[in-house]
Amino acid sequence: MPNYKLHINGKQRSVTADEDTPLLWVLRDELNLVGTKFGCGIAQCGACTVHIDGIATRSCQMQVSILEDVKITTIEGLSDDGKHPVQEAWAEIDVPQCGYCQAGQIMTVSAFLSENKNPSSEEIREAMHGNICRCASYNRIEKAVKVAADKLS
Amino acid sequence: MKSQLNTNFSRRNFLKTSALASGGLLIGFNFLTACKPEAKMPVDINNLNFNDFNAFIKISDEGYVTIFSPNPEIGQGVKTAMPMIIAEELDADWSKVNVTQGALDTKNFSRQLAGGSQSIRFGWDALRQTGATAKQMLINAAAIKWNVDAASLKTSKGVITNAKGAQLTYGDVVKEAALLEVPENVKLKETKDYTIIGKDAINVDIHKIITGKPLFGLDYKTENMMIASVLRPPAFGQKLVSFDAEKAKQVTGVIDVITIGDKVREFNNSGKNSWTFQMSESDKVVVIAKNTWAAIKGKKALSAKWKTDSEVESTEKHDKILTKILDGNKLNTRREDGNIKSAFAKADKIVEKTYHSPFLPHNCMEPMNFYADVRSEKIHLAGPVQTPEAAEGVVADMFGVDKENIHVEMTRMGGGFGRRLYGDFVYEAAEISNAIKKPVKLVSTREDDMTTGVYRPAIKYRIKAAVKDGKVTAYHLKEAAINGNMYGLIPNFFPAGCIPNYKVETANYKSNITTGAWRAPYTNFLAYAEQSFFSELAQEMGKDHPELLLELLQNVKNTTDNKIQYSGQRMEDTIKLVKEKGNWGKTEEGVYQGFSAYYSHNTHVAEIAEIVLQEGLPVIKKVTAAVDCGILVNPTGAKNQVEGGVLDGIGHAMFSDFSFKDGKPEYKNFDKYRLIRMQETPKVEVHFVQNNLSPTGLGEPGLPPAGGAVANAIHNALGKRLYSQPFIKELKKSTVLG
Repeated sequence: MPNYKLHINGKQRSVTADEDTPLLWVLRDELNLVGTKFGCGIAQCGACTVHIDGIATRSCQMQVSILEDVKITTIEGLSDDGKHPVQEAWAEIDVPQCGYCQAGQIMTVSAFLSENKNPSSEEIREAMHGNICRCASYNRIEKAVKVAADKLS
Repeated sequence: MKSQLNTNFSRRNFLKTSALASGGLLIGFNFLTACKPEAKMPVDINNLNFNDFNAFIKISDEGYVTIFSPNPEIGQGVKTAMPMIIAEELDADWSKVNVTQGALDTKNFSRQLAGGSQSIRFGWDALRQTGATAKQMLINAAAIKWNVDAASLKTSKGVITNAKGAQLTYGDVVKEAALLEVPENVKLKETKDYTIIGKDAINVDIHKIITGKPLFGLDYKTENMMIASVLRPPAFGQKLVSFDAEKAKQVTGVIDVITIGDKVREFNNSGKNSWTFQMSESDKVVVIAKNTWAAIKGKKALSAKWKTDSEVESTEKHDKILTKILDGNKLNTRREDGNIKSAFAKADKIVEKTYHSPFLPHNCMEPMNFYADVRSEKIHLAGPVQTPEAAEGVVADMFGVDKENIHVEMTRMGGGFGRRLYGDFVYEAAEISNAIKKPVKLVSTREDDMTTGVYRPAIKYRIKAAVKDGKVTAYHLKEAAINGNMYGLIPNFFPAGCIPNYKVETANYKSNITTGAWRAPYTNFLAYAEQSFFSELAQEMGKDHPELLLELLQNVKNTTDNKIQYSGQRMEDTIKLVKEKGNWGKTEEGVYQGFSAYYSHNTHVAEIAEIVLQEGLPVIKKVTAAVDCGILVNPTGAKNQVEGGVLDGIGHAMFSDFSFKDGKPEYKNFDKYRLIRMQETPKVEVHFVQNNLSPTGLGEPGLPPAGGAVANAIHNALGKRLYSQPFIKELKKSTVLG
């Protein structure tokens, strides 16, 4: 099996995996970074969202073989100990119910807010439309995005 | 009326204490049953056994309180709310309270199950008594130390203060307290003195959730653990004939390909049964791999031959069968008052409508998975399951092992919605581990979950009412369902007791498609049918929908029928509150309202949905909900549950369709199957009826009224009644939508 050198959360990590292995499973099974979640496997739910060069990306659709030259950030690397303004906003607003999809939601939001510092409700809803929350915590997500935007500005 | 819970709760013998070898006081207690006289308290914190106690509290020498919370957390918030109740009576400092999910090793456990929105309702008395008893022991120890009367001491946030102002922390007296007798007849707080209950408490797992720490079953790992992916029959009614694993075995990381099925058949043939055991008797092909990707890829590379063993059914056929049941007269009477036949004969007007719901998968965000290690006499199981006690019992029977030798570890669950009440994935994982003699984690894909589920069954309701002299004189409800019928209490929900001539009848068709509980079983659809019907009935009578309900509810207020489940007064208060807060009948132009009210799971809920039309299409803008769940334990958690329940109800009523053709599900993943998403989400405003009645659950009751409120609002906007879910399909059919 080939070996790949990946840049994940500021560190270089070496993994041995089949070339078609999705990043999701490299993170979860090989690197023990289980914060990135498996939801649908076809990029429809957003639970597996990570940042690739700062862009929110579905890790279930990214083959490990094409990722050697990019910077990958997962929920574990978003901040030291949950101090990213989006994470803090999530705790303040008490967003999660079951909590399973929330890492993906937080990764989508943090990438979105770095592009749009002061989003409207409509823009937030559009940006978050691709992330399913089966517990439907959507209204709290919208509120928390606004709180996070305030913290960032 | 049965609004109060009758428990066999005895304060005399529901808890025991011990001094821990490592320091601190340990309290073990039970929810519903007394502690057995021979039940022994452990003195080692690492050896908590849940055989004799439902839960434990540890108070350390430093005054930290650790609660080993017993009930499984599926997102309904009990892991936060239950400890709040203990901490309130204990007068603990909430910031010094830790909560740990208790593992299960039980034979006498009354309730370690998440389902039916009952955790808080059942736990309310015992949790308060436990906290209060622990507090009294600490006070008594301080009284001995100071040589004063215990009654002269006050407690607050983990500190005991005497009349002179001297203070001791709980940690200062915990050693002495551990040696004291357990006091009886402790006094509980008045609700007005609560400092923790009724205040917002953030989810106790919040930090782990937002930082991506291992928490869920899918995150669970042990050394040398294998991953298993299971190929099950593609159609209900099929069985495995043969398979070719050559290509699968060539996939890097695949270790082996095996079949399982013997243990399922043995269990079925043994005469034993469990309602959590919904299993196909077919052999299944299992790919054993070093990692998840190899297991998934290996399964895709399998080729298998299946034979049709029993009828392969289709939605079209179900539709005809259910209609035939409703048209016929072979239904079972579940409740009957007066004489509907004569009331219909004398009626001025009769209204009759039929409502249809599809099968629905649960689609928990965390796909089904479970860890099993069945290598020796000691069996270790770990993962997300709503019924750990039943899982333990079935696995014990499957392998002829004593329950004492089975350890079930519970993880946080990425949603439950009823799916994880059924332990099929636990039993499969155990059979696989037993076959390969290795620890293994079974991992399902989304496609596995959606196509081999335990579905909400398709149901049809036919409702008929008689009107005479401006009054509703008869009500006749028929239910035709797949595999089972409404549980026994439902025929005694509204409008039972409100209408003099009343009849509920049910019948079902046995299908080979596995079905089961789905968030708010039966009522998740019945409430929509009933409240759509009442909206139409009110219209036919020239009345306002909520006014018609309020009028009817007067008839049940003084009922002596103790089968009636709901309270006329509480329902009335809830409806009045939603009318006020939701500005019923007072909207701006272009906003259309719909109303609905429903009692389920001991909680009364009323909702008003508001929609607007954009380019002629209905868009739901807002839902106002009024809820009577008694005392609010954790307001933020409670609101979260109702908000989620309302949106879940709307999402499935509006968008989620599911069907079978030749035994095969026609939806497999989220590309085609629709769940509600952010841009379809209305604002949800939740108001609670204020009272001091015992708290009731909230995981489910917010959901049932939502679909009806939306259907009625759409009718008010478009003049079209919706008789079938999902609404989006109905609107398309009638060319309202493109």
